[in-house]
Amino acid sequence: MSSIDSRRTGRRQLLKGAGALATAGIIGTPAIVKGQSGAIKIGVPTILSGRVAVLGQTSVGGLKVVFDKVNEAGGINGRKIELVVRDSKGAPQEAAKVTRDLINNDGCQIIIDAEASSGAFAVQEVIREIGVLCIHSNSETSSLTADPKLHVPTAFRTARQGIHDAIGGGDYAAKVAKAKGLKKWATCSPDYAYGRSNTAEFMEYAKHFDGNIQVVEESWPKLFQPDYTEVVTKVLNAKADAMYSALWGGDLVAFIDQANLYGLFDKQASFMVNLGDYGVVDQVKQFPQGVYSGGRYNRTVPPTKENEEWYQNYVKTQKHKPTNWSWENDVAAQMVVEALKKTNGDTNGKKLAEVIKGMTIKTQFGVGGSVTMRAEDNTLVNYIIGYGLSLSKEPFIADFQTSPWEPIYELEKQWKKKQGYA
Amino acid sequence: MDLDALMRCVGTTSCIVTQLTSGMIIGMLLFLIASGVTLIFGVLNVINFAHGSLYMIGAYAAWTFYQLTGSYFVSALGAAVAVGVLGVLFERFLMSKVYGSNVLMQLLVCYAVVLISDDLIKIIWGPVSLSMGMPVEFRLPPLRFFGGVVPPFYIFMIVAAMAIGLLLWLVIARTRFGNIVRAAAVNGPMVSALGIRVNLYYAAVFGIGSALAGAAGALAAPVRSLTPGMGFSILIESFIVTVIGGMGSIVGAFVASIIIGLTRSFGSIGFPLFVDGVMFLIMALVLIFKPSGLFGRPHNK
Repeated sequence: MSSIDSRRTGRRQLLKGAGALATAGIIGTPAIVKGQSGAIKIGVPTILSGRVAVLGQTSVGGLKVVFDKVNEAGGINGRKIELVVRDSKGAPQEAAKVTRDLINNDGCQIIIDAEASSGAFAVQEVIREIGVLCIHSNSETSSLTADPKLHVPTAFRTARQGIHDAIGGGDYAAKVAKAKGLKKWATCSPDYAYGRSNTAEFMEYAKHFDGNIQVVEESWPKLFQPDYTEVVTKVLNAKADAMYSALWGGDLVAFIDQANLYGLFDKQASFMVNLGDYGVVDQVKQFPQGVYSGGRYNRTVPPTKENEEWYQNYVKTQKHKPTNWSWENDVAAQMVVEALKKTNGDTNGKKLAEVIKGMTIKTQFGVGGSVTMRAEDNTLVNYIIGYGLSLSKEPFIADFQTSPWEPIYELEKQWKKKQGYA
Repeated sequence: MDLDALMRCVGTTSCIVTQLTSGMIIGMLLFLIASGVTLIFGVLNVINFAHGSLYMIGAYAAWTFYQLTGSYFVSALGAAVAVGVLGVLFERFLMSKVYGSNVLMQLLVCYAVVLISDDLIKIIWGPVSLSMGMPVEFRLPPLRFFGGVVPPFYIFMIVAAMAIGLLLWLVIARTRFGNIVRAAAVNGPMVSALGIRVNLYYAAVFGIGSALAGAAGALAAPVRSLTPGMGFSILIESFIVTVIGGMGSIVGAFVASIIIGLTRSFGSIGFPLFVDGVMFLIMALVLIFKPSGLFGRPHNK
């Protein structure tokens, strides 16, 4: 009898153990609890392969510059920061899977989401379920943080935001349009959340500042589309005075290479918000003349000693040039470090979120030397925004005009009301 | 749908010329790849799912040769030959082991090659995209015909693809080599019984098909950014072309490539959000009304 009883007990224990294991696997708690001692593990889902691998490469570079320095100085309360980077290959479902794996299997307590917008929305939903601190460091799609329906209390954005660039860029474009008589516009942007919203917002504000502007043609090539021939000829046939494009990274390089064959840039003025980045200007073999670009990252913007030193240090330590994503991730890393210092290394998502909300840090990437995580919608403000004329050689951008933030705040409020966000 | 824009386009010669040539450019690159797929299928009765990887390797090889020699023509030729040789090795050491096997086994072998080649590309050339840029010989202003715009490099691309296609057809249809290959496609054991080493011909056919993919990669390299995995999307389109044209038919691949090229070109104006849908619709219609494809024979093996 006793042997039977003990066997029954053993089976019960086994069932209990299996139940506990299953529950732990689902909610992922053990990994988070375990992480409160030892290294602070920060998971980074990003794109490390394919045409926009430069996004992942330079994002990780931006994070390493900050975290390596912190680790060299002894870490946070003696705990080192460990980055765990995973490749999502630019696929949204993979971004969500990788993020879950980083938290549940790799034991990451914080996520810095260095995905493009295509993956960031998927990551946001994972964070909503699990509740760790997440900083979206690359996604610029406005709705990610502007739309209250998408709001997640522990998720923030240190990436620039499309609506901010659109207002600043729209103002700049309208001034050029008035001076040069650019009335008929064509657009050519990637067919996903970022491309659609960024382009709509830019043209909305270009028209806001210059009522004569009208969009006569729209093209929406797919993200990572290999061949742009039919898109180029479509824009060409529109015979527009100007073109706006939100293509980026390797997609933009391929588009420029193919558009050059048709002399597209000789026939119209072009505004490309993402052209002025080192990862792009270095790749374009026949650089088009007279193209206007938004401010991404440039060692001369702002023309300060701190910025030049940051650039030199980045190139020296990471062995490649920084991009827009590098500074956005640098800011993300700095905010995480500041928050961890304030919580004494506690990685609880809610506690970290409370500290980061409204946080202002000093950085050369901000107007006047600082940027703020706006408490109202968990998004970064006061970073440098502007437009200039792209050049094929150093400094790659000329006549850069910084956009003032006051009109941006004002118009952003109106935009939010119109969208039903406020 | 913007059929008004499409009507406006077909009402102006400049738009027709630009879109026609644009369709030919898209089509001819597809033709080079699809003709390799269809040739290999027609003779060996295997579907080479790794054909996109050979296109990718061709593009990277052309980029490397261009860095070394500075000559685009040498680079393109070198890439085609290199990928052709690689194709022969692929056939001898891998594909020949699964002839006659279940199609799933062939798919598995090809998929393994796709994954391995993608990772090797990352290791050798890095994960970040590369750009060859337009060779100096073709850095010329676009030509104008009836108001339409045609880049000189694309004229070269169309002519080169057509010439390669014509040469391929002549070799298959008019030479002793072609006769043996066609005979082997119908009844390999019988050809073998005549004292001909059929295996060598199989390897040669696979090599030629691979060289076509390499040539396509080399022609695409100046205008497309090079990335690991770049062969996947074009492989899908080349399969659509192969199915529409008829498995095993080079003429069919040519016609179907032009159909797909023009669909993409004019579709971008008239139905930009449904171009892929129309391509698949054409394929579905062909499968319903002529399952063997436009130029395919119902039982060619």
